[in-house]
Amino acid sequence: MANAALTHADAPAARSREPLLQSKGFLGLLFMLPGAAFLLIFLTYPLGLGVWLGFTDTRIGRAGVFVGLENYQLLWEDSLFWLSVFNTILYTVVASVLKFGLGLWLALLLNEHIPFKAFVRAVVLLPWVVPTVLSAIAFWWIYDSQFSIISWALINLGLIETPINFLGDTTNARITVILTNVWRGIPFVAITLLAGLQTISPSLHEAATLDGATSWQRFRYITLPMLSPLIAVVMTFSVLFTFTDFQLIYVLTRGGPLNATHLMATLSFQRAIPGGQLGEGAAIAVAMVPFLLAAILFSYFGLQRRRWQQGGTD
Amino acid sequence: MTSTARPADQTMADESVGMSYLDRLPRRLVTIYLPLAIFVFVLLFPFYWMTITALKPNNELTNFREFNPLWPEHPTLQHIRYLLFETSYPGWLVNTMVVAVGSTVLSLAASVLGAYAIERIRFNGSRWIGLLIFLAYLVPPSILFIPLAVMIFNFGIYDTKLALIFTYPTFLIPFCTWLLMGYFRSIPFELEECALVDGASRWQILMKIMLPLSVPGLISAGIFAFTLSWNEFIYALTFIQSSENKTVPVGVLTELVRGDVYEWGALMAGALLGSLPVVLLYSFFVDYYVSSMTGAVKE
Repeated sequence: MANAALTHADAPAARSREPLLQSKGFLGLLFMLPGAAFLLIFLTYPLGLGVWLGFTDTRIGRAGVFVGLENYQLLWEDSLFWLSVFNTILYTVVASVLKFGLGLWLALLLNEHIPFKAFVRAVVLLPWVVPTVLSAIAFWWIYDSQFSIISWALINLGLIETPINFLGDTTNARITVILTNVWRGIPFVAITLLAGLQTISPSLHEAATLDGATSWQRFRYITLPMLSPLIAVVMTFSVLFTFTDFQLIYVLTRGGPLNATHLMATLSFQRAIPGGQLGEGAAIAVAMVPFLLAAILFSYFGLQRRRWQQGGTD
Repeated sequence: MTSTARPADQTMADESVGMSYLDRLPRRLVTIYLPLAIFVFVLLFPFYWMTITALKPNNELTNFREFNPLWPEHPTLQHIRYLLFETSYPGWLVNTMVVAVGSTVLSLAASVLGAYAIERIRFNGSRWIGLLIFLAYLVPPSILFIPLAVMIFNFGIYDTKLALIFTYPTFLIPFCTWLLMGYFRSIPFELEECALVDGASRWQILMKIMLPLSVPGLISAGIFAFTLSWNEFIYALTFIQSSENKTVPVGVLTELVRGDVYEWGALMAGALLGSLPVVLLYSFFVDYYVSSMTGAVKE
């Protein structure tokens, strides 16, 4: 491949000082070509196409015409859309906070000296490795309204009288999907934060102990500041994936009951694919972008501030 | 941070007892072992439940009074047999495998070239391209699937495996490139300079020096990409219509649930068998897996 390019490009290259195949620009272009072409065709172009579709009334099987902001106007007056925005924010905020707290706790536990350390660490990551849809199907059965194993256990313990209606009641359904998302997200947060914890030198903790620091103070003034750049990155990813979550909701509730668990992603899918309104679905997807950008910028600037707090330069 | 950290710390931190010898056993039991046990139980229970449900005969599934729900009293393979011989499940497994392998190979090839160009050829603007690649990783599939569906339809590859093999690299290439960039950075520049002096072309350097040295990085990127494509759902749900082209996650969810009759045994068996390949792959390559996950997040 490279040789063929050489013979063709020989004549003009001879005039310039360095041969074309050693020119960084050309070589770089050549090597970047497959990946860049792929990403331009299947990532950048669809992003633009999505924005354009949001301004049209395209349906499945019928090319649309430009309708300006009509889709967005419809969404603005659509209470279901606003409900999905509320649900998405609630879902993202609560799940991310829980994932962070529990994930950090698990990371600290795994960083201790425990028997079978390697095995426990490996096993803890399983919820993240198994396909979400398949583990969600297992949860679907665990949350069955009649034959839930959780209800059975609680009834046998004498804590409740009747089975819990996990996915049939609006409040219960919200709590249930959030907890299931947390279940799946904890391992990612814990294992990545654990990698950060392992780089913190134990001598810092020893020095602090000699100076009379309590374990809370050691956590607050050593572990947390040293970990915070990593925390910012991990949480950006976590927020991003939680905000755009689709699979879990689609399996467990499909947005029900009474649309109480409809997220923007599931609403967008429902309007666009089963509903056929590609334009409107695309508009909902585009409406997610500002929120995503806000989340990314928030964590990014959070990261900057921490660096300054650590005593680095501004 | 840098002034206090010594080079040996990273390995030391992992093996050393630290200050935990200061804690007495009862205290450790409450503050460490008990919470850890609860975590592990909650994180693993769904898999246990999935497994035993797949092995229970139908009458035990919903009868919690006469049978202990936590253990299959008469374990049976009837659900797995049903799944393998009376549904399209084996076909879905093959489809998922073909799609995952195809998109992984495609992404790895493109990413190796791209990462090498960004990290080692260092053409003008390579830093910016690197940043753009990272941003591309942050673009979620849920805002791309509608325009992609339109494109797939116009290309005439709707409802084929090709649709998935071409769209999965949208999230695999940015990830693999980013990971391999980090890996290439750790290979000494001098090796490459020696080869350049000896007259090797960039292509030869990449094939004969960089790739053999970055095999662990390639394994990390490869198994991670394979897992991501195996687990993908929204594209497969949107772009595939016919039963014989579905992947495992979509097939189990859309074909095994008929009306209001949930065949829980078969569903769980489907979920179990569908998870097995990635779990096996994971168990063989835990370290690579963890390093690729943390590597993608760091820096």
